[in-house]
Amino acid sequence: MTVTAAVVVFPGSNCDEDCRHVLSDVLDVSTQMVWHKESALPDVDLVVLPGGFSYGDYLRSGAIARFSPVMKAVVEHARAGGLTFGICNGFQILTEAGLLPGALRHNRGLKFVCQDVTVRVQHSDSALTSRAVAGDDLIIPVAHNEGCYYVGPEILERLEGEGQVLLRYVDPDGEVRGQAAVNGSLAAVAGICNSARNVFGMMPHPERCSEALVGGPAYGSKNTDGRRLFEGLVAAAAGGGA
Amino acid sequence: MSPEFHNNVPITPELVAEHGLSPDEYDRLLDVMEREPTLVELGIFSVMWSEHCSYKSSRVHLGRFPTDGPHVLQGPGENAGVVDVGDGWAVAFKMESHNHPSFIEPFQGAATGVGGIMRDVFTMGARPIASLNSLRFGAPDHPKTKYLVEGVVAGIGSYGNCMGVPTVGGEVTFDPSYNGNILVNAFTLGLLKADGIFRGFASGVGNPVMYVGAKTGRDGVHGATMASDTFDDEAEQKRPTVQVGDPFTEKLLLEACLELFATDYCVGIQDMGAAGLTSSSFEMADRAGTGLILDLDKVPQRAEHLTPYELMLSESQERMLLVARKGTEQAIVDIFDKWDLDAVVVGEVTDSGEVAVLWGGETVAQIPVAPIGDEAPRYERPYAAPTDLEQRQSLDLSAIIDVAPGAPAADAAVKLVGAPNLASRQWIYRQYDHMVRLGTVIRPGEGDAAVIRLPDSDRGVAMSVDCNPRLVWLDPQRGGAAAVAESCRNLACVGAQPVGTTDCLNFGNPERAEVMWEFVRAIDGIAEACRAFGAPIVSGNVSLYNETGDVSVKPTPSVGVVGVIEDVHRAVGMGFREAGLQVALLGELEGVEGASLAGSVYLADLFEVCAGRPPAIDFERELAVQGTCRRLIASGVVRAAHDLGEGGLVMGLAEMCFGGPGVNPVGVRIEANPLGRLDQLLFGEDPGRILVAYRPDDGAAVEAEAKANGCPLTVLGMTGGGRLVVGAHLDVSVDALASSWGNGFERAVGLGAS
Repeated sequence: MTVTAAVVVFPGSNCDEDCRHVLSDVLDVSTQMVWHKESALPDVDLVVLPGGFSYGDYLRSGAIARFSPVMKAVVEHARAGGLTFGICNGFQILTEAGLLPGALRHNRGLKFVCQDVTVRVQHSDSALTSRAVAGDDLIIPVAHNEGCYYVGPEILERLEGEGQVLLRYVDPDGEVRGQAAVNGSLAAVAGICNSARNVFGMMPHPERCSEALVGGPAYGSKNTDGRRLFEGLVAAAAGGGA
Repeated sequence: MSPEFHNNVPITPELVAEHGLSPDEYDRLLDVMEREPTLVELGIFSVMWSEHCSYKSSRVHLGRFPTDGPHVLQGPGENAGVVDVGDGWAVAFKMESHNHPSFIEPFQGAATGVGGIMRDVFTMGARPIASLNSLRFGAPDHPKTKYLVEGVVAGIGSYGNCMGVPTVGGEVTFDPSYNGNILVNAFTLGLLKADGIFRGFASGVGNPVMYVGAKTGRDGVHGATMASDTFDDEAEQKRPTVQVGDPFTEKLLLEACLELFATDYCVGIQDMGAAGLTSSSFEMADRAGTGLILDLDKVPQRAEHLTPYELMLSESQERMLLVARKGTEQAIVDIFDKWDLDAVVVGEVTDSGEVAVLWGGETVAQIPVAPIGDEAPRYERPYAAPTDLEQRQSLDLSAIIDVAPGAPAADAAVKLVGAPNLASRQWIYRQYDHMVRLGTVIRPGEGDAAVIRLPDSDRGVAMSVDCNPRLVWLDPQRGGAAAVAESCRNLACVGAQPVGTTDCLNFGNPERAEVMWEFVRAIDGIAEACRAFGAPIVSGNVSLYNETGDVSVKPTPSVGVVGVIEDVHRAVGMGFREAGLQVALLGELEGVEGASLAGSVYLADLFEVCAGRPPAIDFERELAVQGTCRRLIASGVVRAAHDLGEGGLVMGLAEMCFGGPGVNPVGVRIEANPLGRLDQLLFGEDPGRILVAYRPDDGAAVEAEAKANGCPLTVLGMTGGGRLVVGAHLDVSVDALASSWGNGFERAVGLGAS
C-alpha cells in the first residue's frame, strides 16, 4: 500500500520542498503540496506542516498561519485521528492552533541557533519514535529563533505522566537537565505528541539528516537519524497505527 | 513634440553640487539634454552618474579582467554572471557591497545587502541556493566593533534565514583601518537550467512595463549617491538614507518570480536596487536599444504625497521592474496576486530611445537613454605608488625575537589560534541557517570551501570568498593574486575545479593617487590569477570612497570563486577525524624568500606589526599543488585536506585536529625543521601549500600523483593522540588549543554566548 502525504505550504514556509524531497524521493511516499489558501486537504495518511517563517514570523511565530484557510481542514484531519507532524515553524503553528499544548518562546540566548543537537528518545510507543528505543540518542539539527518550549506546570505534569514528551535535548556532557543549553526549553522538551498520540511537533529538523550526504559530520558523515523518525510515521501510516 | 518643462525649483550650482555632480559633469549633462534639466532629471543624472552606478573611476581598468571561458554563459554587465556546471545545470552568482549602510545601521544595512544580492541572482531566473559573506570590522576592542558585529551578523541571518537560503560560509577580518568604515560584502549563488537564463532587456515596442513586488516609500532616496561619498563625522545623520528590509515580502517575490519564469510571459526583468526605478528602467532600455514611458501615478505607493523625484530615486526594497509579452498582463497579475503582491502596468516599451516619465498628467522627465550611459563621465584617475610603500614593505625581523622551542612556542601557538583573526567563527555561523534546502554537503567550519550538491546529479558546486587585506596593502598586485589563489586552493581542498569568479573591490577614495594605484595594481594581480586558474570574472561590484576623515580602509578586493566537483560524494572536509592517518604536505614547507611573515596574522595580532613584502604567487606551483589535491580527492585517497594560509603550519594542523563542529578532535605528530627562524616555520604564511591526510596504504598512490603533476611532496607524520607535536620544537595539547580557539572570537569582541 502506498503511503500518501500532504505538505502544507504557507507564505514564508521554506522547508516545504525539503520535506517533500525526503518523503517522496527518500521514503517513496506519494506526496502533494497544498497551498495554504485551499479550504480542503486531499485524502492523505500524513499531513506535514514544514519549517520556515510563515508570514515572516510577524506578530509571533505561527500566530497568523493558524488562521490560514487550510488550517480548518488540518484541525479536522488531526481531530479525526490522522497523523499530523509539525516541524519547527510547523510545531509553532500546531501549538498556536491548539492541536498541541504549550508555546515556543524566544531562545534563551535571544539569537537564532543553527547546529546539530542531541535529543534523547523518551518513549518509543508513538508513531514518530517507533523506530527507536527509549534512551536512544539522535543527532538532529535545530535552526530556530523561537524554540524555547514552555507550558504551565499542571500541563507539563500531565504530558510527563502520559508519556507525551517524546524527545528531550541532551547537554553536550550527555546529561538531560531541566534547562538544556540550546534554547532554554522547559524540561528540555524538544518534541511532544498530543494525548491521542497522532499529532506530533518537534523543533529539530529530522528532514535535514535523512540522507547521509547532507547529514553533517556526525557519525563520520553518515548521519541519517532523522530518517528513523520519518520511517516510524510512514510505517504507522502504512500499518494503520503506531 | 517636445513637452514644456517648467522648473519651479531653480537649478542652482549649489543644488547641482548637492547632487554630487561636479561643474564639469553638469556641463556634460547640459550637452546631453540640450536644455536645463528639471529637478527630477537632475536627480536621475545624479544617481546614474554616481560612482556606484556609473563606475566612472574604475571602468577603464575593469576591462583588463578575463571574462570569457568555456563555462561562461553570461559575463559581466547583467544582474549576475552565469556559468555552466554540467548535467544541464548552471549557476548565477555575484557579490556586492553594502558598506556604508551597514556602518550607519548595521542590522538593516547588512540585511538589505543580502536582500539586494539575492534579487540580483533570482532576476537571472535562478533560485538562490547558497550565500556567503565577507566581513571586515575595526579593531576588536574599538568601542563600536561589538555593536557592529552583533548588528551585521543578526541582519544577515534574519534575511537569509527567512528567505530559506543557507548561508554556508564566509570570512571575517579585524583591522583598525576599518574602525570608521566596515565592509559588508554579500555573495549569493543561484541554480538554474543552463538554457533558462533571464536578462534585463526592455525589448518589443508596445510591450507593457510592469512593476511587481513591494510598494514604494521614501526609504533609501539617494542611497547610491551616499555610497559614492566618503564619510564624515555626521555619517550617522544619513541613517534615513538606509533602506529597510522585509525578507518575508522578498520570499514571496522570489516564489512569484520563479513561478513567472516557468511561463513565457516575461521578456526581461531587473531588480530595483541602487537608484531603484531610475537605474532599472534606464539599464533595461539601454540594453535593448529601446525607450520607455513610465507613468508614476500607477506606481504602488505606501507613503502619501510622494513626489516624482522621490518615486524615481527611492530604494525601497523587494521590487522588480519587468517587461511582459503584450497580452499576458492579467496572467502575470494573477501569479503575483496568489502571493499577495502588487503587479501593475506602469508603462510601455517605445522606440523613442528616451525614458519619458509622466506624473499627474505632465511629463516630468524626458532623457535620452543611450547618451546617459555613453556620455557618463569616465575618469582616467592619476595613480602613483604610496610614498610610504618602501616603509610598508620593509620588515625588520631582527626587532622581533624569534619564538623559542618548547613552552614559549606552545604559548605562542595557543595565543595565535585564539587570535581575533583566526579564532573559530562558530558564534557567527550558528546564527545563520546553513542547512535549509538540504544541499549543504560541507558545512561552515567543516572544510575550506562550502559544498552544495546539485539536484538529480552526482555533481556539486563549491564556493569560497577570500581576501587578505594586509597582503594587498603591502603589495596590491601580489595580494590581489593571492586572494584568487587562496580561493582556488580552498576549492581544491574540497575537491573542486574553479570555473568562474566574482569580485567585490573595496577601496578608499579614488581621487587619491595612492588609492588609485592600489586599485590598478590589485586588478592586475586578480586578472593574472583568474587567467592562470581558468576562473574568469563573470560579475562584480566596485565600492570606492571607503574612508572616514583621511583614513582609507586597507585595499580589500574580495573575490568569490565557484568550482565544480564531479562526484560530490567524494568531497572532503579538513578534519582528521581518526588516528593512524598519514599527513603530508603538497608544496614547499618554507619559501625561499623568507618573506612568509610579511602581513602574517602572527605579526599582526601578536605584535601589532604589518610590514614586509609578501611572496609572489608561483602559478605553476599552485596549479601543481591544487591539481594533485583535487585528483587525490576525486580518487578517494585523500580523506582530509586543508590549505595553509593565515596562521601557517600550526593553524593548519590545529584546525585539522579540531575538525569542525560535531567532530571528535584528534592529535597529530609531525617532523619538520626550520630553514632559519622557528616562527617562520610554525606561523609563516607562504602560499601554495596544502596539507593532506590519507591511509598509510595509499602512500604510493599519493607519491605517484604528486610526481605526475610535478608537485613537491613531503610526508610529515601521523595523526593520533591528544597533542599537536612539531618535532622537538612544539608540543601542545589539542584541548588547550581548542579552548583558546573555540571562544577567541567572543572573547576578543566582548560578545556573550549565542
